[in-house]
Amino acid sequence: MSYLEVRNLQKRFGDITALGDISLDVAEGEFVCFLGPSGCGKTTLLRAIAGLDPQTAGTIQQKGLDVSRLPPAERDFGIVFQSYALFPNLTVADNVGYGLVSRRQARAAIAKRVAELLALVGLPDAGPRYPAQLSGGQQQRVALARALATAPGLLLLDEPLSALDARVRLRLRHEIKALQRTLGVTTIMVTHDQEEALTMADRIVVMNAGAIEQVGTPQDIYRKPATAFVADFVGSMNFLSGTLEAPERVKVGALALACPPQPGLATGTKVRFCIRPEDVRVRDLPADSINLLSAEVAELDFIGAFCRATLKAGEVSLLADFSSNLIRDLGVEQGRKLDIALPPDRVRVFAA
Amino acid sequence: MSLVLPAPRVRLSRDDFLMRLGVVALVVVLLLMVGLPLWTLLAKGFEDRDGHFVGLANYAAYFSTPALFISALNSFQVAAVCTVIVVPLAFLYAYALTRAVLPLRWLFQGIALIPIFAPSLLPGLALIYLFGNQGFFKAWLGGGQIYGFEGIVIAQVFYCFPHATLILVTALATADARLYEAADALGASKLRVFFTVTLPGAKYGVISAALVVFTLVITDFGVAKVIGGNFNVLATDVYKQVIGQQNFSMGAVVGMVLLAPAALAFGIDQLVQRKQVALLTARAVPLVPKPKAGRDLFFTLFCIAVSIGILAILGMAAWGSLIKYWPYNLSLTWANYKFETFDANGWDSYYNSLAMAAGAAIFGTALTFVGAWLTEKTRAFYLLRDLVRFLAFLPMAVPGLVLGLGYIFFFNAPSNPLNFLYATMAILVINTVAHFYTVGHLTAITALKQIDPEFEAVSASLKVPIWRTFMRVTAPICLPSILDIAIYLFVNGMTTVSSVIFLYSPDTKLASVAALNIEEAGTTAAAAALCIVIVLTSAAVKALHLLADRFLLGRLQAWRRR
Repeated sequence: MSYLEVRNLQKRFGDITALGDISLDVAEGEFVCFLGPSGCGKTTLLRAIAGLDPQTAGTIQQKGLDVSRLPPAERDFGIVFQSYALFPNLTVADNVGYGLVSRRQARAAIAKRVAELLALVGLPDAGPRYPAQLSGGQQQRVALARALATAPGLLLLDEPLSALDARVRLRLRHEIKALQRTLGVTTIMVTHDQEEALTMADRIVVMNAGAIEQVGTPQDIYRKPATAFVADFVGSMNFLSGTLEAPERVKVGALALACPPQPGLATGTKVRFCIRPEDVRVRDLPADSINLLSAEVAELDFIGAFCRATLKAGEVSLLADFSSNLIRDLGVEQGRKLDIALPPDRVRVFAA
Repeated sequence: MSLVLPAPRVRLSRDDFLMRLGVVALVVVLLLMVGLPLWTLLAKGFEDRDGHFVGLANYAAYFSTPALFISALNSFQVAAVCTVIVVPLAFLYAYALTRAVLPLRWLFQGIALIPIFAPSLLPGLALIYLFGNQGFFKAWLGGGQIYGFEGIVIAQVFYCFPHATLILVTALATADARLYEAADALGASKLRVFFTVTLPGAKYGVISAALVVFTLVITDFGVAKVIGGNFNVLATDVYKQVIGQQNFSMGAVVGMVLLAPAALAFGIDQLVQRKQVALLTARAVPLVPKPKAGRDLFFTLFCIAVSIGILAILGMAAWGSLIKYWPYNLSLTWANYKFETFDANGWDSYYNSLAMAAGAAIFGTALTFVGAWLTEKTRAFYLLRDLVRFLAFLPMAVPGLVLGLGYIFFFNAPSNPLNFLYATMAILVINTVAHFYTVGHLTAITALKQIDPEFEAVSASLKVPIWRTFMRVTAPICLPSILDIAIYLFVNGMTTVSSVIFLYSPDTKLASVAALNIEEAGTTAAAAALCIVIVLTSAAVKALHLLADRFLLGRLQAWRRR
């Protein structure tokens, strides 16, 4: 039995459907990310799970208990907001101990627990300071310590890193993930940052327009996007418009390209033939390679660790990522003609 | 497969339940304080003296009585002229305070606020000293006299000036320096910059200031009472009908006529405010004026001139209050401050005022802040929360005189179980809180909107009751705004005349009302003395507030420092 079971959840604001029939299971101890563009309903779903903005229809079960109708105060969760919502007039220690005080614990026990939590988030000496005296990253950790203080069964993180600058964000990603693994607390994080989701989550729930597009491990989501939306939203993707000529062949312009079998699509369907820029091969191509094309480098953009090339193969234009090594070894430059291959096992095809 | 599930209603938590109970209680309180008195007043206009329903007969009588109808025209005329004078004057003054480099800027800002601390009859009294039948400069009027249109206009300009200035300073202070840099870079002339950047930015402030001045003038009672002479206006008509002729029904009709322009101005202001979008985004660069000799000299001289005008009126009242027998014996005396010689209540009316203002400040602040918090933070419950918003806004559109009249009808009715409140200090406090409810409510709402909306969600997740977060976090964070509300209620409680004039009893007479009575009895000097005592008291409380803000709050609010 899963720890959290969301069934047929709907949320409407007047005529607007913010969530349409969402069902989802989260296992105990799992780290799940809700990923999607702004307005996709990921925060609405999180707030419904917390009971902050109750659903219009559907049920939520937590640990076998139906919590659908419970107010937030009677549910078991800790939450960290994008703004952190730290109480500015209370010290860090009072913030972290805020939920402990009302549980009538002995003062010494509270102090001990607060010290423990501050040590856990790497701020053992911040207790007497006020939130305004801390950096954004430190405030974020205090908010995390406060949310964990009452040892909730479920930790909810609403875009916890998006207010931080890039470097701090990168470090905190690892720290939060490590902390979550140590404590084993079931965690749901909302984010619009695909990299964040890919590096932190055990499973990713990709959402769009109030519906779930795909649920899967980061590798699944990246390697085998289930829909064109996921393919486009996560990572970079070439989309070539064409027609399915045979179950394993797509006609793109004048080119006939091989693809994995598409049992779900009828021949003659308008499709989009997709391949990621880093999957375009140029090195060590056997002469009998499938989907072998000859292309010309139309543009070469320096990104840093790699270069992104815009290739023209006849009337087809596609992006390819080349490592610096490869560029040096093959002498790739603008105007250079190259043989490229589009390995069929890397290709995805979606109905247009 | 798509299941159609019944919408599960979320159970109320203890917090939700208590807060909804609070909202219901607030609605009841506001209905008693504002809604029902106004409703009773409205109904009264359709009754004859014996309480029989007569339909529109009173209104027909009103509009066919030329004397009464002329008052309405007079009121409009005075209000229009005052608006045309005050708004440009206040605009220049506010422009000087925000866009020029002034020496002693804080002093000029302080002087502009002085009239707020005075009852509206003070400028009237000062003008009597200056231009009255025995005034110093009566000869200047060349046979004309100050009693009437001109006197009302001058006194109203003094009385309304700070209100318009405050609004315009706010409007002009929120400027984005980048717009000016862009205009400069594009080579726009100073005049063009003024008309394309400055004025559009302050447009809504100007409209708002004009409407506020118009409403203040049309609804004010003290000035016209003191210096109006035979020039009748709506506000004095209400008083005459009710106190003079005991014609309550006609008083109610005039009250409704008085309510119309005030409500209209309020409605327009609301429409205009809705159109206003935040000009100052988080990324804006605040405009800091750079020194510029010619402009700064002009504005310094302008501010000095206006300040002299304000101080002259205040100083005249103060001096007059110290003089033995104007204008024949100009030696100084404290005799006019022995109020027991002029009014049976003596100094008691002043102590009554102190008690009333303090009561309004304490109970009013508690009610407005808790009320605003309940409206903001209660989950769902939209209908009643909207009703609270409406009732909280209503007093702004209602002249004090009209509200006071509504109170007589509502609380004096023998059938009302609350009529034990009539003629007590409590009803004066309640009336004052109701009369000035809107500004406190808006101040509290603004303060509450500035704090993180997720505090309550965090508290709920930590299983901390919401009232605890209110006490430990929300209220302490809003302390400066809470003090602002309290001071605002105190100062208005000290100076208000219009709404309480119908409600005092011999034991609860207030200083501002006593000043009016003393003036009516012909002793200008003692009336001026009482006004000066009121000014000094409210100004002292405001000064204490500023000191507390700087020193005490600085210590209590150490957490604000980085």
